Amino acid sequence: MTAAIEFRGVSRIYGEVRAVDDVSFVIEPGEFFAMLGPSGSGKTSCLRLVAGFDTPDRGQVLLDGADVSDVPPYDRNVNTVFQDYALFPHMTVLQNVAYGPRVRGIAQPEREQSAREMLELVQLAAQGGRRPSQLSGGQRQRVALARALINHPKVLLLDEPLGALDLKLREEMQIELKSLQKKLGITFVYVTHDQGEALSMADRVAVFNKGRIEQLAAPRELYLRPATAFVARFVGSANVASAALAAKLGAEARAFAVRAENITVHGESAATPADTISAPGAVVAVQFHGAASRWQIQLDSGEVWSALVPEDEARRLNGINVGARVRLCWPRGAGVALNEAPGA
Amino acid sequence: MRAASTFFWRRPYWYLALLLVPPLLWFGTVYLGSLFALLAQSFYAIDDFTAQIVREPTLATYAQLVTQPANVDIVLRTVTMAIAVTITCAVIALPIATYMARYASGRMKALFYVGVMLPMWTSYLVKVYAWRLLLAKEGIIAWFVGKLGLTGVLETLLASPGIGGPSLSSSYIGMFLVFVYMWLPFMILPMAAALERVPGSLLQASADLGARPSQTFRNVVLPLAIPGIAAGSVFTFSLTLGDYIIPSVVGAPGYFIGMMVYVQQGTAGNIPLAAAFSVVPIVLIFVYLSIAKRFGAFDAL
Repeated sequence: MTAAIEFRGVSRIYGEVRAVDDVSFVIEPGEFFAMLGPSGSGKTSCLRLVAGFDTPDRGQVLLDGADVSDVPPYDRNVNTVFQDYALFPHMTVLQNVAYGPRVRGIAQPEREQSAREMLELVQLAAQGGRRPSQLSGGQRQRVALARALINHPKVLLLDEPLGALDLKLREEMQIELKSLQKKLGITFVYVTHDQGEALSMADRVAVFNKGRIEQLAAPRELYLRPATAFVARFVGSANVASAALAAKLGAEARAFAVRAENITVHGESAATPADTISAPGAVVAVQFHGAASRWQIQLDSGEVWSALVPEDEARRLNGINVGARVRLCWPRGAGVALNEAPGA
Repeated sequence: MRAASTFFWRRPYWYLALLLVPPLLWFGTVYLGSLFALLAQSFYAIDDFTAQIVREPTLATYAQLVTQPANVDIVLRTVTMAIAVTITCAVIALPIATYMARYASGRMKALFYVGVMLPMWTSYLVKVYAWRLLLAKEGIIAWFVGKLGLTGVLETLLASPGIGGPSLSSSYIGMFLVFVYMWLPFMILPMAAALERVPGSLLQASADLGARPSQTFRNVVLPLAIPGIAAGSVFTFSLTLGDYIIPSVVGAPGYFIGMMVYVQQGTAGNIPLAAAFSVVPIVLIFVYLSIAKRFGAFDAL
C-alpha cells in the first residue's frame, strides 16, 4: 500500500534556524499519527509542509506516493483544523462549512445539503444560521472540524486543535475525535505539545526536538522504552541518570531512565530491598495529586528526581517531611538504557 | 490623594463622569452645537429686497436649493466628482493597502506608511498650487505626454465635451486628478488597517479548502476589507463634497458645493442658502452609509 504521507530528507531553514532538519518518516493510510514536541521543535513546520503553506528547502514531501513539494494547498487533497479555528467571521456556520464545496463550484442546494450533513455529524445541526462569534469554543472547534471534513480529504491535519479548550471538554473531544477517525477511516495527523493527548489517541507518535525526530514509535513503546533522555523526560516525565551517575550507583555504566512510578521512597535507615539500586537524597517538595503524591528529591549527586508515591505508601512514610534524608530505590530491571548522554 | 483615589476606585461611575464631562461639554457645545446652530440657519430665508435674514422657520431656502436649475447643477456636478474620485481612490488603494498590510514587513512596511502619509504633512495649498503648475498647458505633464508622442491623445481627451477644457489645469480631468491625489491617503490608511486585522490563518484556511488566490481574494479578503473601504470612502466622498479650494484653483469654471457655501456666506451674505448647501453632504453621507449597511458592509465588524 502506498504511504499516505512520506517525508524524504526534508529540511526547512529560516535564516539561521533549522525549523525542520533532515526529517524522514512514513505515515500509513488510516493511521492516527501524532507529532509531539515542545514549541519550536518543528512539529508545526512539518504540518505546514504537508498542508502546502510552506515548501521544503531540501528533500521531498509525498502525498499518496506523488511528490507535492511544489503543489499549492488548494490542489492538495488534505484539509486542516487550525489552532485558532480560522472560521470566517463574515459567514454563518453553514456557509463556513459549505465553503469548500462552494469554491469547488458545487451548486448552492447541494453544498448546503452536505454542509448540513456535516453539521449533524458534529452535533451542531441547529447552529447553522449562527455566526462563529455566537458559538462557544467547543462549538467553534466542531465547526472547524466539519468544515475541514466536508471535502472528504484523504488526510486531516489537526494543529493543536484542543489547545484552547478547558480540561473536561478536551477529554471529551479526545474520545470523540478518536471515534470519528475510526468511523471515517482517514489519516489523522495530530500536532500537540501535550504528551498525554498524544499517548492516549495516536497509533504512533513522532517526538520532535530541535527540528528532528528523536523517536517514532507506538505510545506504549515510547513510554516504556524511551530511546533518548529527551523522550524519557518529555514523554514519561522520567528520571534520567548520566553514565557517570549510573557507574556511581553501581549499575551498568550507561545513561538510563527510571520512571517516577517505579521508584519507592524509604527512610534513610531502612534496609534496601534485594536486587534494587538505591540512591540517597533529601526531600525538596511533596505535591499531593489525589491517588498519589509526587515527591521531589534532590540526590546527593545534585540531580532532582521525582518519585510517585501511592496514597497507602504515603501512610507508611508518615513523619518524613521536606528536608528529611531519604533513600530512593528501584528494581534493577526498571532502568531503561538510553542512546545518548542526558541533556542532549 | 490616597483618599481621593479610593473614593473614585469604589465609585467607578463618578470616575467615568469626571473623565467624560469635560470632553462631552466641548463636544456638545462647540463641536455639535455650532454645527446645529449653522444648520438651523438653513431653515431661515433671506429677504430679497432688504438682503436681511428673516428669522422665521421656513423651507423657502430648501425650495430655492432644489428648484433652481443652477443649484441642482452644482449638487449633481459635485456628487458626480465625489463618486468618481471615491471609486478611483478605492481601486488604486486596494492593491497598495493589500501589499502594506499583508506582504510588506519591517522596513518596507514603515517606508510605505511614511510614503502614504508624507504628502499629508505638507501644506495643502502648496500642493494644490503645485498641481496647477504641473497640469498647466506648458507644464511638465503636457511636456512629458509630448515626449511620449501622445499629445494627440491628450488633445482628444481635452476636447471631449463636459470633462475637457483648454488645458489640464482648467478642466474637470485635471481637477479629478488633484482630488484623487489629495484624498488617496484617506482611503489607503483605513483600508490597510482593516486588512491588517484579518488573521493570516483565514487566508490559509481558504486555500486549504480549495480556493485559488482569486477566490480567496473575492470571498475572504474583500469582504473583510469592506469596513475599511466604507470608512475610507466616507472620507474621500465627504472631503470632495466639501472642498472649495481645489475647484477654485484647478479646473473648469463650474461651481462646486464648497465654493457655493464659501460665496454665499461671504460675498453674497446669504447664510441660509450656504447652510442649506452644507446640509447636502451630510444627507448624502447618511444615504450612502445606510445603503452600505443594507449591503452588509459592516457585518464583518
